[in-house]
Amino acid sequence: MSSQGIILSGLDGDRTWRLADYIKRGGYDALKKIIAEKLSADHVIGEVKKSSLRGRGGAGFPTGLKWSFMPRAFPGAKYLACNSDEGEPGTFKDRDILRYNPHAVIEGMIIAGYAMGCERGYNYIHGEIFEVYTRFEEALQEAREAGLLGKNILGSDFSFDLFAHHGYGAYICGEETALLESIEGKKGQPRFKPPFPASFGLYGKPTTINNTETFASIPYIIREGGDAFLALGKPNNGGTKLFSVSGHVNKPGNYEIPLGTPFADLLEMAGGVRGGRKLKAVIPGGSSAPVLPGAVMMDCTMDYDSISKAGSMLGSGAVIVMDDSTCMVKALERLSYFYFEESCGQCTPCREGTGWLYRVVHRIENGLGRPDDLDLLNSVTANIMGRTICALGDAASMPVQSFIKHFGDEFAFHIEHKKCLVPQDVQREGSKIYVA
Amino acid sequence: MSALRIAQEEKGWLSSETIEFVAKYLEMPAIAVFEVASFYNMYDLSPVGARKITVCTNLPCALSGGVHAADYIKKRLGIDFNETTPDGRFTLKEGECMGACGDAPVLLVNNHQMCSWMTEEKIDQLLEDLKK
Repeated sequence: MSSQGIILSGLDGDRTWRLADYIKRGGYDALKKIIAEKLSADHVIGEVKKSSLRGRGGAGFPTGLKWSFMPRAFPGAKYLACNSDEGEPGTFKDRDILRYNPHAVIEGMIIAGYAMGCERGYNYIHGEIFEVYTRFEEALQEAREAGLLGKNILGSDFSFDLFAHHGYGAYICGEETALLESIEGKKGQPRFKPPFPASFGLYGKPTTINNTETFASIPYIIREGGDAFLALGKPNNGGTKLFSVSGHVNKPGNYEIPLGTPFADLLEMAGGVRGGRKLKAVIPGGSSAPVLPGAVMMDCTMDYDSISKAGSMLGSGAVIVMDDSTCMVKALERLSYFYFEESCGQCTPCREGTGWLYRVVHRIENGLGRPDDLDLLNSVTANIMGRTICALGDAASMPVQSFIKHFGDEFAFHIEHKKCLVPQDVQREGSKIYVA
Repeated sequence: MSALRIAQEEKGWLSSETIEFVAKYLEMPAIAVFEVASFYNMYDLSPVGARKITVCTNLPCALSGGVHAADYIKKRLGIDFNETTPDGRFTLKEGECMGACGDAPVLLVNNHQMCSWMTEEKIDQLLEDLKK
């Protein structure tokens, strides 16, 4: 974990998640400022818009704009949800934020509640990180006891309460409407959009869902101003961002850096490629983002626009690094199995298509590939994409398309020679148990 | 969901009787509760050993030894994925992304205890501790 940013910085102590520690770091100053200066909701949303903060969960949608969609004058309940259901392979930033700086998320959510007139919020935490859920509950209790949550916050007439909710092992619940279904206690199957959550969300009421890191960025924006946040990054890509670097690097972990930092610098921070091997490929934004060849990545900067121009997406900022010991067919086989396993089964193209993708990649990997299998894979992805309720169909298809596009030779070799281009012992050596 | 989680913690796994009990308690149809229990991976609808070990083998973990760690545990326990040791102590499962890819190899004990950077030595130690 290392930081040149605002969320993970100053977290050197061993009790950084405690309220007292957070307050020492300037925590809850933003909330106090809003209450003391009676800042208007429009002013708060204006600062967030100015900051050019874009959603950190994967889609990169401008947060200020999203907040302005909420019908603030709507009478009755309005809700806020935080998406900490971090299950996208390669992503592990929200876990560290919640482990070491949970109050930043709580403060961000209180401010969001103030700006959008919500009376209640939920933080949906990935089931597998149950210890984090327990810690977040403790942090909520601290905040309630300090009068920062609940009725009449800091003596004002603004009330907001916040609750933790845990998942129990379903990738799909990271999709925002599936997440809402899950909070309601149902199985997490995505809803049709429209209506969008801003008009029909949790329990049918207007709801805004943001990612953990997005909320954790809010206190800084209010305290220091939207312009200051924007200046940390580059135009249209405001602020610093956490990148979770995993795979074949010497120092895997979370790195908080300004948006627009060259990929080469990030790779160096993460200790470079293991064992002096050559960089082969990088998935820059979580397993659903299209893979890019190493050489292309070395020319990219880490921000939404640069990665998008190179043909992929920044997504959640999960950077999966693969060196030349990696068999790309095997890598894709594992990802395809994941999407097959995690498809919720609601839409036929995804439910059946992900099975087809996995089975065909599996047979290629196991020496049973047929000459027209690559065309078959491309045709299956074309039949999934854009034909499902949620983005999981696209998420399952993009890796397949991009692996074939950039590493088609390796797939063709597999089909023709019935074995890997990369020798088995090299693969084993490259992906053995590694501890930094 | 929390009710099912608590029931599973107490009973070890979710039998039809347990699901019906939860349904009654929540005043919901049993089928609605079963739907939820069968949708989420961390609920066990069949008996598991006293300790359930779930190893992540998804791509980021696999690049850093997730598969090797799983193979090592299989060898140590003499069982494959989805099997339980004859003495009923251990069940091994293959897991999907747990959101801790930087800590690979990663495994979960009984859903809630996460173990990071699992070398062969640490796995040996863990298995010893869990036998107690």
